[in-house]
Amino acid sequence: MTSPGTNRLAMGRFAPFAVLAFFALLPFWMTDQYFLHVLIITGIFIIAAISLNLLLGYTGQLSLGHVAFFGIGSYASALMSIGFDLNVFGWMLVVTPKPVWFCILCGIFVAGLAGWLIGKVSFKIRGAYFVIVTISFAEVMRLVALNWIDLTEGPMALNNIPPLTLWLPFAGETTFWSKVPNYFLVLSIAAICFEIVRRIVVSRVGRAVIALRENEPLAMSVGIDVTRYLLIITVISAAMAGAAGGLYSHYVRIIDPDVFLFIFTVTMVIMVVVGGKGTLWGPIVGGLLFGIMPEALREFAAPEVQWIIYGVAMIIVLIFLPQGIVPAVGSWLQSRRHGSEPPATPEPPGAKGAADPS
Amino acid sequence: MDQLLQHALNATILGGTYALLGIGLTMIFGIMKIVNFTHGELYTFGAYMMFFFVMVLGTNFFLGLVMAIALGLLLGALIELALLRPLRDADIDTTMLVMIGAWIALQNTQQFTWTGIAKSINTPFPLDPLVIGSVSVSWSRVFVFVVAIMMIIGTHMLIHHTRLGKAMRATFQDRDTAALMGVKINRIYTATFALGSGLAAAAGALLAPIFVVYPTMGDAVAAKSFAIVILGGLGNFWGAAIGGFILAFAEEFGAGYISSGYRDAMGFILIILILIFRPTGLFAQRERIG
Repeated sequence: MTSPGTNRLAMGRFAPFAVLAFFALLPFWMTDQYFLHVLIITGIFIIAAISLNLLLGYTGQLSLGHVAFFGIGSYASALMSIGFDLNVFGWMLVVTPKPVWFCILCGIFVAGLAGWLIGKVSFKIRGAYFVIVTISFAEVMRLVALNWIDLTEGPMALNNIPPLTLWLPFAGETTFWSKVPNYFLVLSIAAICFEIVRRIVVSRVGRAVIALRENEPLAMSVGIDVTRYLLIITVISAAMAGAAGGLYSHYVRIIDPDVFLFIFTVTMVIMVVVGGKGTLWGPIVGGLLFGIMPEALREFAAPEVQWIIYGVAMIIVLIFLPQGIVPAVGSWLQSRRHGSEPPATPEPPGAKGAADPS
Repeated sequence: MDQLLQHALNATILGGTYALLGIGLTMIFGIMKIVNFTHGELYTFGAYMMFFFVMVLGTNFFLGLVMAIALGLLLGALIELALLRPLRDADIDTTMLVMIGAWIALQNTQQFTWTGIAKSINTPFPLDPLVIGSVSVSWSRVFVFVVAIMMIIGTHMLIHHTRLGKAMRATFQDRDTAALMGVKINRIYTATFALGSGLAAAAGALLAPIFVVYPTMGDAVAAKSFAIVILGGLGNFWGAAIGGFILAFAEEFGAGYISSGYRDAMGFILIILILIFRPTGLFAQRERIG
């Protein structure tokens, strides 16, 4: 008989593959194109939420400007794929359209660079100041996108963004026009991001930032270069959000300055917080919930009412389930397994994620 | 030169309301350590109540203003009792996220109630502007400025010359010691949040007749309030008042001489610059980086 411990370990090891298999098989029986579209958009936001979770959940820094990286990634990628010319102090910089896979990589790079820059500036400060400065960066980006009409077309939006074209085994040169290939694209990128985060969390960098989240003065006192590790994580997180942005612009194929709206950051934050920040599965559970919930409510409620429900749900979860759904379910399962034992003392916030990265 | 004077006058008038908004937000932060994302919604609420009383019920303009402010105080107290009291010992991030939830819920409730169509409010003031030399300003703006300055002075008096104000200051300095000295912390928190919200609602009710009223009007205002508070240092009363005027001047001159498209960016750019070069704000002594 296996002990609960190994049982749990086995579950933890196979769960990602089971979930991946489920979602990989989904398009074979789910042929509703609209639902696939909802899943693709949800998947893109889950990637963004996974990237935010790295920052918010594991380093404990509440960045409310995360949409800046998403937007920068989507604009950079879209502009590279359409081509643009830019007058830089009398120099003409002319960029001809590039293949889309290369553009997405550029978007990832530019978003990562922005993450480095913003991190460099804003990790001097903590707490409320950090939150406000991150919001400010995102809003400045939105206003730049709105007003730099020569480059971004401003409110007229960038349109006719080409979809991704890739050479695939068995299919040859494929352009991702329809839902199904885009669905698999988003699913695989999401899986890669999940794996990256899983590895980071158990790495040296991951352990350093978790130590920082738990007790910053202590972490510094044992010689952890706090700002450097935070910066590394921010660059990775920003690059990942940039990837989500790139996927978004080449799937939706039109973007305007609204990709920088604060409400998108809020959506990512809700997904992470409700799912469970600092857990690998949190952004996925929260993302699926808040990605699909609006569609489920669509028939019954006006958009305003949906948003009211969003807001209220967020408040209720934060007040009654401050750790989020995943840790709550985890400890519920644990208490069932040890039914006869006295219930474990409630763990302090964050301790859960530190001890158990699943 | 005339243009310069006109910009300066406009900025001064605008600064009064900005100062009001900043003071409300900075008090809430200073005393309760809460980053209040509903501040802009209280502003919107004040504006809609003004519309409700003056345009729907046909109440007297000045009575409508008083009622709008009173209801703003009440809504603030309700938010505090319902959402913040249960979270008294939660960390700052959790409270911040709850306030974001409240922001979403409030904004969409207002959108649902009043629809997205912008509303305007009639004023009892003469339409001819007040002309001083080469510059001019409308009477309704003069009224807004005077009331805003009166409210700032009133709030200052409340904080410095009443028992409630003394208790607030004690709580600001050291919450636990104040509690040991018999200050009813819960009551102070409710009063502070109500007062801060009332000031935001007052700013909304005052500006509603000048601009139009629409559901998302609070977003830009909330962002500006944050900028003002950062300029002055979180929790700094006069810092926020001066910050309000600085932001108004930066916006007015930025829009006038650089580009009107970046008017709303001024606040954010100021925030970023301040936090890079002087993270505790221009005037802060007490509040440190947390």
